[in-house]
Amino acid sequence: MLIIPCPYCGARPENEFRYAGEAHIARPADPEALSDAAWADFLYMRTNPKGRHAERWRHVHGCGRFFNCVRDTVTDRIERTYPAGTAP
Amino acid sequence: MKFSLRTLFTQGLAGQSGWPEQWRSPEPRAAYDVIIVGGGGHGLATAYYLAAELGVRNVAVLEKGWLGGGNTGRNTTIIRSNYLWDESAAIYDHAVKLWEGLAQELNYNVMYSPRGVMMLAHTIHDQQVFKRHVHANRLNGIDNEWLTPEQAQAFCPPLNIGKNVRYPITGAALQRRGGTARHDAVAWGYARGASTRGVDIIQNCEVTGIERNVAGAVTGVTTTRGRIGAQKVGVVAAGHTSVLMAMAGVRMPLESFPLQALVSEPVKPVFPCVVMSNTIHAYISQSDKGELVIGAGTDAYTSYSQTGALHIAEHTLDAICEMFPMFRRMRMLRNWGGIVDVTPDRSPIIGHTPVPGLFVNCGWGTGGFKATPGSGHVFAHTIAHDRPHPIAAPFTLERFTTGRLIDEAAAAAVAH
Repeated sequence: MLIIPCPYCGARPENEFRYAGEAHIARPADPEALSDAAWADFLYMRTNPKGRHAERWRHVHGCGRFFNCVRDTVTDRIERTYPAGTAP
Repeated sequence: MKFSLRTLFTQGLAGQSGWPEQWRSPEPRAAYDVIIVGGGGHGLATAYYLAAELGVRNVAVLEKGWLGGGNTGRNTTIIRSNYLWDESAAIYDHAVKLWEGLAQELNYNVMYSPRGVMMLAHTIHDQQVFKRHVHANRLNGIDNEWLTPEQAQAFCPPLNIGKNVRYPITGAALQRRGGTARHDAVAWGYARGASTRGVDIIQNCEVTGIERNVAGAVTGVTTTRGRIGAQKVGVVAAGHTSVLMAMAGVRMPLESFPLQALVSEPVKPVFPCVVMSNTIHAYISQSDKGELVIGAGTDAYTSYSQTGALHIAEHTLDAICEMFPMFRRMRMLRNWGGIVDVTPDRSPIIGHTPVPGLFVNCGWGTGGFKATPGSGHVFAHTIAHDRPHPIAAPFTLERFTTGRLIDEAAAAAVAH
């Protein structure tokens, strides 16, 4: 089980959290102007890297807030967490 | 050497000392017509059918570790074809039909055992979903039947159908043709069959890059054992598909999650079939060695660590103990994780990519083992003829652009 440092509540066990996928995927401002391929990229394509991964978590059984996290997907070691909306 | 009663007898007299190697381990040649990246069951099956059915014999299978050492050696070996949608039913039942004759075809005992796969319902919602599956399957000519709790217990006596549990069993869907096979034997049998027909199987050879010409078409791969040329490259790398496809600049709709399994100490035959429960996240069968083989759900987060969190396995064992109280004092021997490549619609991706000459077979997610023969068969046809096999045609990468998804989430082994 991961020990995840919530930026608001501090280090807590993983089962207080819900994983919410790759971070920094912004919904396109004008979807109707997008090509099908660009829309598919937004909806479905994921970086899925072997190594550093910026991802979202939500502290559902705590403060309830979303935040971002950089984790190494080979070692599962968490590099840092930071508030949603801030740059990685 | 063909396996037969006669060779078994003569080898017995010779002290088992004369068995030849089952496949060659040659040095890689400078170039091949087709390179398959990934020496698991799906990759080896692809190479086998290319050589055996399609006459494409100038083929290499490149494996970064050892044969069948990835998900082929890490799964719970369950075979079934009771999928909801016509497209899925077609491909998984294609595989079951190939399983039925596979040991004969390969002259290698893959220990296919159609002992029945029973999926348990615990709620009204489960009952409605499974009955819908039973009807859809039967319309597709696939056997599946609805059992009452009493009938389910008659089929699988260790099952607890009492009402004094959190999720009492309210019925079950049974596919009698479902069952298990021996995972290592599948990889080894296909490797042997492919190697005999001229396919080079190259282990300890990790692909580090995919080479392309100015037109963008594939010309070969770079590996830890040097450059190898190829006209066509088929990537069959399960959890590492995103990493390999990124080498050719292709983004994939995949996320790689750890999926855990565990086995108990071996005991005498106590468990006659395969039982799975989507609702409480557990599936179980007994191997021919006597170990209970237990599968858990995926971890919450993407990872390549080939391990998973203990609370996932604990959760699964809670469910097993509730369904089968007689196993409460069993000790678990080993647990491990495999890295499964999950697509947004939980259906595989088989076919062309935007890169000419580059093919991909991936996205089997939590349930790829059962499809091994069918997957290899349709992928081999797709590569050899340069157009999708009819059964594989709905499973192209383009479906994520066209929106024609094959949403099989309800049929997957474990609720996600």
